[in-house]
Formats: sequence, structure tokens, C-alpha cells
Amino acid sequence: MSLTHQDVARIARLSRIAVTDAEIEAVGSQLNNILGLIEQMQAVNTDGIEPMAHPQDVSLRLREDAVTEPNRRDACQAVAPQVEKGLFLVPKVIE
Amino acid sequence: MKWEVVIGLEVHVQLNTVSKIFSGASTAFGAEPNTQASLVELALPGVLPVMNKAVVDKSIRLGLALDATINQKNIFARKNYFYPDLPKGYQISQMELPIIEHGRLTILVGEEEKVIRVTRAHMEEDAGKSLHEDFHGLSGIDLNRAGTPLLEVVSEPDMRSPEEAVAYAKALHTLVTWLGICDGNMQEGSFRVDANVSVRPFGQAEFGTRREIKNLNSFRFLEQAIKYEIQWQIDTIEDGGKIQQATVLFDPDSGETRMMRSKEDAHDYRYFPDPDLLPVRISQAQIDATRADMPELPGQMKARFVEAFGVSAYDAALLTSSLAQAQYFEAVAAATGQGKLAANWVNGEIAARLNREGLEIAACPIGTERLAGLIVRIADGTLSNKLAKQVFDALWESDLGADAIIERDGLKQVSDVGAIEKMVEEAIAANPKAVEEFRAGKEKALNALAGQVMKASKGKANPAQVQDILKQKLTQV
Amino acid sequence: MINATLKQLSQQLTAGQVSAVELATAYLDRIEALNPALNAFITVDREKTLAEALAADARRAAGQAGLLTGVPIAHKDIFCQQGWKTSCGSRMLDNFISPYNAHVIEQCQAAGLVTLGRANMDEFAMGSSNENSFYGAVKNPWDVNAIPGGSSGGSAAAVAARLAPVATATDTGGSIRQPASHCGVTGIKPTYGVVSRFGMVAYASSLDQGGVMAQTAEDCALMLNVMAGFDERDSTSLERAREDYTRDLAQPLAGLRVGLPREYFADGLAADVGRIIDNAVAELKKLGAEVVEVSLPNTQLSIPAYYVIAPAEASANLSRFDGVRYGHRADEYKDLVEMYEKSRAEGFGSEVKRRIMVGTYVLSHGYYDAYYIKAQKIRRLIANDFAAAFAGCDVILGPVAPTAAFNLGEKSGDPVQMYLSDIYTLSVNLAGLPAMSVPAGFADNGRPVGLQIIGNYFGEAKMLNVAHQFQQVTDWHSKAPAL
Repeated sequence: MSLTHQDVARIARLSRIAVTDAEIEAVGSQLNNILGLIEQMQAVNTDGIEPMAHPQDVSLRLREDAVTEPNRRDACQAVAPQVEKGLFLVPKVIE
Repeated sequence: MKWEVVIGLEVHVQLNTVSKIFSGASTAFGAEPNTQASLVELALPGVLPVMNKAVVDKSIRLGLALDATINQKNIFARKNYFYPDLPKGYQISQMELPIIEHGRLTILVGEEEKVIRVTRAHMEEDAGKSLHEDFHGLSGIDLNRAGTPLLEVVSEPDMRSPEEAVAYAKALHTLVTWLGICDGNMQEGSFRVDANVSVRPFGQAEFGTRREIKNLNSFRFLEQAIKYEIQWQIDTIEDGGKIQQATVLFDPDSGETRMMRSKEDAHDYRYFPDPDLLPVRISQAQIDATRADMPELPGQMKARFVEAFGVSAYDAALLTSSLAQAQYFEAVAAATGQGKLAANWVNGEIAARLNREGLEIAACPIGTERLAGLIVRIADGTLSNKLAKQVFDALWESDLGADAIIERDGLKQVSDVGAIEKMVEEAIAANPKAVEEFRAGKEKALNALAGQVMKASKGKANPAQVQDILKQKLTQV
Repeated sequence: MINATLKQLSQQLTAGQVSAVELATAYLDRIEALNPALNAFITVDREKTLAEALAADARRAAGQAGLLTGVPIAHKDIFCQQGWKTSCGSRMLDNFISPYNAHVIEQCQAAGLVTLGRANMDEFAMGSSNENSFYGAVKNPWDVNAIPGGSSGGSAAAVAARLAPVATATDTGGSIRQPASHCGVTGIKPTYGVVSRFGMVAYASSLDQGGVMAQTAEDCALMLNVMAGFDERDSTSLERAREDYTRDLAQPLAGLRVGLPREYFADGLAADVGRIIDNAVAELKKLGAEVVEVSLPNTQLSIPAYYVIAPAEASANLSRFDGVRYGHRADEYKDLVEMYEKSRAEGFGSEVKRRIMVGTYVLSHGYYDAYYIKAQKIRRLIANDFAAAFAGCDVILGPVAPTAAFNLGEKSGDPVQMYLSDIYTLSVNLAGLPAMSVPAGFADNGRPVGLQIIGNYFGEAKMLNVAHQFQQVTDWHSKAPAL
């Protein structure tokens, strides 16, 4: 299978990465090459194999419910692009 | 055409942990913006989630209370979408293997009981908040709420009216506060409801196309929104239109729902297991231990109240709408041995007065012992209902017990036959017209005479005795 | 001094022959002289380094020095370090001064190691050539026309060029072993979960693992003693008793069973590299090792499986870079969506964007099972292959890469060719095993070639033992490029 320009535009949109019309051809062809490589997987039979999400078969450790984090707003907001009254500012969020 | 309404609810229950689901930041409500957003909630590069044990414990409690299956292997998944209040660009949630599946919750609509099936409930993290005012056309992002633990409780589409939906939401609200896993504060967003609503012609087997109303934060809005939505859908279809699957918002000011996004804009969430988190395994021993530690649940307590105190099922349901209220009632009923009277007073005067003054039962100025003192005096005939209300008012305003108030205000009911006979005779003598009417067969005239006697006694005469003696005097010529 | 190993530096510091400030100054001077040609560092800050060195000397004067107190170290720019720019090789984080320390950084500071600077890397650790850095390609110190390997190319080049005696690094699909091999240094990637990922900017969470590069296996063991250990802030960090990774270094190799996977010596392996590996195996045989052939039949599938799983995880891991709370934000945008799309298009380089888009695609509706679940099943097959192989041997040996370092620009236009060169390293990450690269000789073009040693789970001490014994009878690891 091969991605169309429309597919590439949809993936770029889902990824929130602007891809210009000028770039879309090259991006699409690279993605198609990579997907071609990935397609090799389909040749192997994996029926009945349990998917492996993680190297070790261990269970999650749970922490006790306690407040341990101090307020570090000032230090953290020192690297923020736009802040006012302790809030991160962004273009209007429309619902 | 006659339409049938089909409703399913998704309720976001904020669990009342002190720290966030994946970090040690505080969950306290109302702090200065972003002062409770730790490195994890800010999604700084390199930070990782560490799961809060209390979230699992509290979820198991709800699962058991819903008579549900508790999945012993839990997987967290990433739900991917971009939004400024979602700092990682994904929400940690559960997709396959949620902690709770196949539960049930019994609701009472009018006098009818109905079982609503709970499909699943999964653990996830709350998002932050976008504030739209005062930032010169920009939105301000506060991530204090981000990472607050949520249980999203999803019902089957089993409800058939707005009333049933509200009853289900209330029953779930009762349950989570009863279990002590959620503070239930709807204004602060601790309990938020999404309603999936569709309509279909009566008798049709397939569901109609549904629209989802998002984020309803009061029972009143829930009811209003569903009612509006039902009418809108019926009108649309009857006008020849088709319902398109969509997500809508309810505007409390206009009372209308409006489109937020259509199915075409629906997100492709690209769920996959979160590689930062391993499977949560819950042992049977832990489930058993939690079960042994469960409180008596509203349904069980309701049945017991009917059995032990002889109250009606309806009264018992009202009494068990919150644990505090049920416990209050039980203390009064046990102290007095007067279940029905206690139920009447708790569901009646107490509830009305609390409601009027905007108080919770925990803050009721009349403790259970003082209410019991009042009820004992009603039961033994010391107080008429009317006097009892006077005493009740006095109890509300003071710290005195019922007996002390009766003594102080001289409110003891007069049951002395001689004294009542005297007042009756005076009333007969003073009201010849009423006497004549009564003798002419007008039963109502008796009430007028009784009223006169009660007035003369300043309300203290035993009303039943007054009636008896009046009848006696009037018929013996 | 500049060619000294960690162990030697530790001895000199302890003996008072050199101070931490003198050491730091010597390395800083060398970096100043040589880094412009090599581009191994993104950030150097003499003032900060000397302050750390002074503190280390004070600590030693107070009698509180540890074994490595005062030893200089370069940190891959992927580990968050408070007060230092932590760019991860990306324009996205070019303005990001970290407000906190990674666990690895905390451990190094607790040991008294002195930060020399922040090592260059492929952007977000995505790459096999270090050509994907926003700060420009790193040059191989053995040949400035060659790539140093990636993604920890800055770390490898710094150690090879003796700009630092040791450098932290990370390995998601070979990012420690491959640059270590190409630059002729010793590098170790521990078992997944041994080194905390807290504060390590995530590429592919189920594959990423921190590790280290130095001149010798012994130095790697000393560093692993510092870096490894349980950290409750990483849910995948393993709760295990602390180990002394130097404990088995001196063990003789007699009776050691060495597995050679026949798939690692098949078509595609350059003849000169094959010869070097054969020679290395012969050395180990002389030391008493016994060679057995093993099979890792699904090796070829590690490439597609990795290039599904890693981009999938990356696509989500990199969603946090949205220009809202930190990092690059475009100058102009008409609305929120455009702010996201432009900030990310400008902030990320082309390989990162490609992997995000591949990851987005393989997870998207309708493709999840065919790609992601399929890849995870293959991952299981690969892990099973190793389990079967380790039933018959103690360590597995093979090449790290099919060829010695290729030329800068040679593969940068063809991502798939670049991916194919990861054939011998990816499986280890998919299985979560530990592995090393140990200098083993020079290819026909004079560029270094490493021997890969793959251990069983928690087999770090065993691998280090093999590597150390090999280094007792060879001197490839002590060769330095003429600069």
C-alpha cells in the first residue's frame, strides 16, 4: 500500500506538524519507503504469540498517597514562552 | 409518532486522594494557578508517571459496591490528542482491561426500582483548565487540576427518561460519597456527567443516532439538557431531518445544547499501552480484604430500615440518599424505638429546614439526641403535632433539650378530662350557631368548635380528646 | 594525563598529584582547542565546570571524597541538568534550561564527578550518524570525513578525542554501542530498568536505557556503580540489590561459553569487520573461552519491528513539545492549531518529524493491529530467540554494525539505508538485554571497529568481565586518534 498526498496531510495534521504543499511529495515518498520496510513484518506468522509491551514481566509499583511535591511554579515558568498571572498563555481555545 | 428516549451516562468521578494520580502534587481545590502543577503535570522533558496506590484502592471499593468484576490485570493506555490543558499531548487512561467491568446500580424512579447496568469504569487523569477571560483575547492555562485522579464510570444505554438519568446520576453520587472515595462537590467539578442521548420510534429495536452532551455539572442542568436535547432530536426528525452523531455542549443561560464537533472531526486517539507504566496487578486477597472492609451500602441499609424500623420503601430510599443522613436517622430511630416518626421528622421538618438554610445534615443544629427527645414526647402524647413543631423551632434555635423547652414554654399538652370538658362547655355555650349546624348534620361545624377549644387552650389541649368530648357533649342532649 | 583512564585519574586525585580544578582546566582547554573541528559538545560552560571542580576539591579536602570525586565527565544532552541547557540536540529545546536534574545527573553529582559540558547527539536520540543534530554533525575524531555514529555521537567522539575521560550516553536501538564502535571506545548499555530513565528525555520509553562510554571496561564498571540503582520516580526502574559491577573483572574466562549467532555473520557483514570479529573471538578462545554457534532467526525482523515500536512511542512522547509551557514557539500564527503545527514544524528536524509521522500512522485507527500489535508479537519472538540462545551460552558475540563508520552525508538522504545499518543492535533493545561495544581493531579504511558483547538479563558483570579480560590482552582500547 502507498500513502496518498491526502493520507500524508491527514497524518501531518494528526501529528500537529505543518507540511507545506512543496514538501508533501518528498515527505510522502520517504514515509512510503519506511512503510515498505515495515511491511516485511507481514510475511511472518505470529498467530498465538502474546504481544510484548515491555522487556520485563513485572507489575507496577504503587506509591502511597502523600503530597511530596513543592510548588516550583516560578522556576518552571522561567522557561515558558508566554505567562501572565501564573497562567500559560495560548491563542484562544475554542470549544 | 411516539418516541422512546435512550440515555447512557459517562460520569467523571474525581477520587478524593490528597495527591495526584501520577505524582506527589497536591489535589487541593482552589490554589493559585499552576502552584500544584509539578514537573510531572507540566510534562517537562524526561519526567515519568508514578501511580498512586489510593486510586486503585478506591476504585476497587466502587467496583465492589457496583457488584462488578474487578479486573486483576490493569493496563494503562495513552489517549493521544493535542489540547493546551493536556500537557503531555496524551491522557493516561485505560482502554482494554479497565479496572471495573459489568457492574449494576439500582435506581428508584417514583416508586419503581430499576437496575441500570454499568459497562465499565476506568482510571485516568484529569486535564487542566483553560481560562478565557481577561487575557486580551488569549486563553490562560492552569494545570493545577491536571493529574487529579478520575474514575470514568460508563453506563449501558439503559435509561429511558431524563428522570431515570437524574436518578442514576444521583444514585451514583450517593454511592461514591457514601464510600468516601469522592467529595461529590459538583460545583468544583468533582462529579461531572456526559449524557449520550438518542431517540427512536417506540418498538424499534435499533438505537437512534446519539449525540453526547458534555460536562454537565449539576443534576438540574443534566435534566434540562437532556430534556432540551430530546425535544430537539424529535423536532429535527419530525421536520424531516436526520440526527448526525456529534458532541454538544449545554448552555445553562439559554437552556439549549449546541454543536461542539461532528463525527467527522472526531479525534483519532491512537490508544496504545503506556510504556512508562507496567500492568497493575490486583490480588484476590486484596479484593477479599476490601470486601470485608466495605461499609453497609445504601441498598442494604434501605432494606434494613424497612425491615427493622417499619418505614416505607420510599422513606427508606430518601433516608439513605446520603450516609450522614442515614446514620442520623438510625441514631434517632434506635434511641426512640419510633422508626416511622423518626423517618417523618428526618425526611420532613429536618430536611426542609436544612434545605431552606442551605445546610448539610452534618451541620444540623439539632443533634440526634435532642431530636430523639422531641420524638419521645410526641410518642407519649405529651406533645401534639402542633406543639411538637413549636418545640422543634425552639430546638433549632437553642441548645436546650425538648423537655426543658416544654417546661420553659409551658407547652405540655392538656389531657386532663375535667379541664377539657370545661373548655368544651364554654365553647358550646358561646357558639350556638355552630352547635345548631352540627345538629342539623353539618359535620364540619365540629371542626369550628374544636378550633375554638384549641384556641382557648392555647393549642395545648389534646386534639383527639377535644374531638371525643365535643362529640359526646353535643350528642347527649 | 589526557589519556588517563578513570581509574588512573582517581588514583592521581587520591594521591594529590592533581586537583579537580587542574583536571577540569586541562580538559576544558583541550575542548576549546579541538571541539570546533569535532563539534562533540553543544554546551561548554567553563565557569560552571570550575565551580563544580572547586566543590569537588573542597569535598576531598574535607575527607569526603568518593572514588570518582573530581573526575570530569561529559553528559549527553539528553539528561536534564539543572541550570544547564538541555537541548536534546533539538531546536525545540534550544532555549530550555532544565529546572531539575535527571537521576543519572544526581548520581554523578553525588559521586563528585565534574560536568565538563553537554555532549552533542542526534536530535531526540533519533539517528545512527549524528547528522540529525540541530547543532550540526559531530565528526569522527579518527577521520573527520566519517560519521561518529549515533545517537550518542558527541559522547563517543569526546571520549575518543580525549576531550573527556568518560561520557554518559543512552541507547534505544544501538545509540551507545554503534558510536562506541565507530569511535573506538568502550560503551555499555545495561539491562532495561537498571539505570533510571527519570530526567532522560524520552525517545522510545520501552527501549531507552542510559549507559556510559569510557576507554576501558573497568571504567565502565566503575561508572555503572555510580549510575545504576533503583529510582522510585521511574516506574520501570527495577528494585534490585545494589551490585558492584567491578566484582568479576578479574575472573578468568576458562570455561566461558561464547555464542556466535550465525545470522550476525551472514550476507551484509563487511569482510574487514568480519575478520576483526573473528580475530577477537580467537583472542577469547586463547583465554579459555569455548565457542558455540547459536541462532537468532528473527534478527532481520528486528528492523521493521523496531521502526514501528520506537516511532509509535516517540510520536506520543514528543507530543509534549507543543510550545505552550517551554520550548520553541513559532513567532507568528493565526490560531492555536497553527501555533502547534508551526512550532513543531520549525522546532523538529526532518528525521524527528518522519518518525513522529510514522508513529502516528501505525497507531492510527485501522492500522494498530497490523502494525503495532504485529511488531509487539515479533518483539516477543526476538526475546524468545535470545532466551533459547542463552540456554547454551554465557554471552553472545558479534559485530556492532555491518561496516566501519561510513562517510558524512553518505546515507543522510536515505533513511531506510540508515535504518538497515542498525541490524545488529536493535534486537538487544527489543529484548531489553544488556550489551557492550569493545574496541577490537581497525577496518581497511583505518576506522575503528567494535566487538559487540551481549549478555543475558542482569549479566552486566559477566560482560564486563569478558571485556576486561579481552582488554588485558589487546590494546585497541588504548589507541587514540592523532589530533
